[in-house]
Amino acid sequence: MELLVASAVGILTAAGIYLILRRRSFPVILGLSLLTYAVNVFLFASGRLMSGAPPILNKYEEVLYTDPLPQALVLTAIVISFGMTAVVVMIALGAYLSSRDDRTALNAEPEGSGGDA
Amino acid sequence: MDHLLIAPVVLPALVAPFIIMAVRHHIDLQRIFSVASAVLLAAISVTLAAKAADGSVYVYELGDWPAPFGIVLVLDRLSGMMIVLTALLALPVLLYAIGSGWDTRGSNFHALFQFQLMGIMGAFLTGDAFNLFVFFEVLLIASYGLMIHSGGTRRFQAGVQYVVFNLLGSTLFLFALGTLYAVTGTLNMADLAVKVAQTPAEETALLRVAAVLLLLVFAIKAALLPLHFWLPSAYANAPMPVAALFAIMTKVGAYSILRIYTLVFGPEVEATNGLTQSWLLPAALLTLLAGAIGVLGSRKLGRLAAFGAISSMGTLLIAISLFTPAATAAALYYLVHSTLAAALLFLVADLVIERQGRWILPQLPMPQTGLISALFFAAAIALAGMPPLSGFLGKLLVLDATRNDTMATWIWGVILVGSLITILGMARAGSQLFWKGHGLPQETADEPGEVPAVAAPVAQLPFVACFGLLFGLVVLTVFAGPATRYAEATAAQLFTPTAYIETVLGTEAE
Repeated sequence: MELLVASAVGILTAAGIYLILRRRSFPVILGLSLLTYAVNVFLFASGRLMSGAPPILNKYEEVLYTDPLPQALVLTAIVISFGMTAVVVMIALGAYLSSRDDRTALNAEPEGSGGDA
Repeated sequence: MDHLLIAPVVLPALVAPFIIMAVRHHIDLQRIFSVASAVLLAAISVTLAAKAADGSVYVYELGDWPAPFGIVLVLDRLSGMMIVLTALLALPVLLYAIGSGWDTRGSNFHALFQFQLMGIMGAFLTGDAFNLFVFFEVLLIASYGLMIHSGGTRRFQAGVQYVVFNLLGSTLFLFALGTLYAVTGTLNMADLAVKVAQTPAEETALLRVAAVLLLLVFAIKAALLPLHFWLPSAYANAPMPVAALFAIMTKVGAYSILRIYTLVFGPEVEATNGLTQSWLLPAALLTLLAGAIGVLGSRKLGRLAAFGAISSMGTLLIAISLFTPAATAAALYYLVHSTLAAALLFLVADLVIERQGRWILPQLPMPQTGLISALFFAAAIALAGMPPLSGFLGKLLVLDATRNDTMATWIWGVILVGSLITILGMARAGSQLFWKGHGLPQETADEPGEVPAVAAPVAQLPFVACFGLLFGLVVLTVFAGPATRYAEATAAQLFTPTAYIETVLGTEAE
């Protein structure tokens, strides 16, 4: 299981970074999503991998338990990354609709040109 | 425990939704509530800082869960100083945004502004590393909204870059926190300090990885070379009053470096000893130079101010990277100065941009050119570190504190050369903008896109805001003695973290 989780994190991260380097807004957003999946799985693993054990301590008998804190952290991370992805989609959509170009690089402007920004 | 400690987070967190839900369609009411909230926030912050000024540490346990099981907010001298700085920066910036009408050029400016304040205040007050991440996200998500306020193609494109870069930073932050938790089993900063010090030497490899990952995250926030690429186009394309507020956001990164690398990975921790300093100092030196050269090379006023902010971050991080009490005290004094000076430069840049466009080109004299050029002059000498303003004192303190360092030649050389280049860049921009225009023939004004309407709105409030920031710089210069004493006391408290750790973990009694 360790090998599976570790390679999943590695492959997701590699794919995410590759997509971000494509510098077009849609692949970049997909890449960011993959990266957040990678980090979520990674956070799970930070509490040691354990399957079939409840996240509850039992003071009456010795039982296997899993660390509940990483689960709470992952939940927070998922909510935040979900919100952030929504925001970046909206901003990228705004950029695309107003410039008709989905490249994430800024082009140089001629000196003295107009515009609002 | 006194509930005042959580007020800087709760107050904007309540005012912002109230503004969205109840007074969304009334710009006057929004302004009233926003300003009232900022004033109240300043009062609360000053009260809290006054409480912490005697060197005691205050802990607020959320939900009454004792640390390290619950999340804590911690107030000490450094946090107190930072929340006061934030509140005192927010007020003039808000007044400027109202006076210049920026808040009416898009929707929900005031609500986003309050959320931004909530995030910044929380980041300065929290005593929990994961909570720091959450507050980073709060301040970032508000800043995304503020950054693209009032729209425009380039602003959106720069906004995409800014958001993507910061999302990458957030992902890195989570990786760092996961690694840290895997090794230590805690994320409370005080508890981390205890656990990191107890980690056996053969198990420190992952700790070093976590320390460097965290440093990368904070370096992104602090715009440290080579992770500064997001800053120039983001700040230059953001509305200028928003960029002025963002002047405190790079300081959140600097604050986090100071906090984590004195408390958790302190200078005496064997595992990470020398690791931060050996990376931070060269990067900070390069940051200063890159910022100064950027100031010299900028063709647009917004970029000029943004590179000015980068070069001041360079000076600040040089002082921080030494991790000695004297250098840290100098860094804290310079931190306050550079925040106010960078914000002032952004506001003055907006005054100019509103009247004659964003390019640094010789143009016909604008309305109120004398007053604006005087303000630009003051902001430029403050940011470049010329006497008589506090930038000079700050740089002098930094130079003095680094006198006996082994890298002193490099530090002195880079700071002095960087200052010279900054002065040259500012002088070039100032003479282009304010002097050369007087020699131009009148008819150039008729060319389309060159000069906006001559009858620019004469509003008093933007000038009040600018002079308010300038007044802050003057106060910082005149009361440099008390300010440096406070900074020295803060640095001393940072480098003896036992009181902090014992108060948070409640182990004094044992």
